[in-house]
Amino acid sequence: MWSLFHKFGSPPWLYRLSGSILRWLLPITVIALVAGAVWGVLFTPPDFRQGNSYRIIYIHVPAAVVALAGYYVMAIAGAVSLIWRMKMADVAMRACAPIGAALTFIALVTGSIWGKPTWGTWWVWDARITSMLILFFLYLGVVALYEAYENKELAAKACAVLSLVGTVNIPIIYKSVDWWYSLHQPASIKFTGGTTIDPSMLYPLLLMIVAFYALFTCALLLNMRAEILQREQRTAWVRRLAAAGESD
Amino acid sequence: MYFESMAAALQMEGHGAFVWSAYLITLGAIVLILYAPRRREKRFLRQLEGQIRRSGGKVPGAAKEV
Repeated sequence: MWSLFHKFGSPPWLYRLSGSILRWLLPITVIALVAGAVWGVLFTPPDFRQGNSYRIIYIHVPAAVVALAGYYVMAIAGAVSLIWRMKMADVAMRACAPIGAALTFIALVTGSIWGKPTWGTWWVWDARITSMLILFFLYLGVVALYEAYENKELAAKACAVLSLVGTVNIPIIYKSVDWWYSLHQPASIKFTGGTTIDPSMLYPLLLMIVAFYALFTCALLLNMRAEILQREQRTAWVRRLAAAGESD
Repeated sequence: MYFESMAAALQMEGHGAFVWSAYLITLGAIVLILYAPRRREKRFLRQLEGQIRRSGGKVPGAAKEV
């Protein structure tokens, strides 16, 4: 266990491992995303109340779910970076931020587009939507904070603290539809209790959630690889890689 | 397919503009989050390769083997 932990701390090992994972994970992710989207948009029946506008669910829900999970990944990486001063955890934390911001952006924009035909408005300042907007700003805050510091060690510490403090927002997002009156509907998929969505609509949704998790992993590894090379640019292994004129 | 024709799938009984624009924006964001780091990595390696060539096979400060 500890040897694996130490291996994760090795930049060249992580760079090579991510290269071999991406070789098969990236094509699988693209296939799953296309299959899930085509299934959801073209092969499922319309919702009896919302009609065809509900088809936005196949991107809105997966993006929101993974944006929230991604924040936990960022905060855990931040905690590891603070406690054990592990450089690769700092790399992972920084890599999570732009991806999380993009996924939160997708959730907010698709939610807004879905809101117009369903609620009659593009935007309402209700608890779920506002807390998701705060999540978007937290992700952007980590990106901006890192760039604001000349001293990157200090930047990593500040970002780790910000991401840890921001975790307080995640349970608020989850529970917002239960705690406050909201236009946003409660969760349709529940681990405990009955799922309120028909299987013909549920399966493509589950496929898209898995595909978005895979997308997050691919984007995380790609970001980490770029970051690792820049941080390790003075080492012999990066120099050899550049001289060979190709990446792993 | 649920829809009878591609035209019906595009229209979606009046919801087509909402659904398709949401999917297009998502596609753009996904392409960006996958393409941007790959481009950053390639560009960095090209720059470093140029530096190595200009300095006759050495990169300033390159010594460490990790």
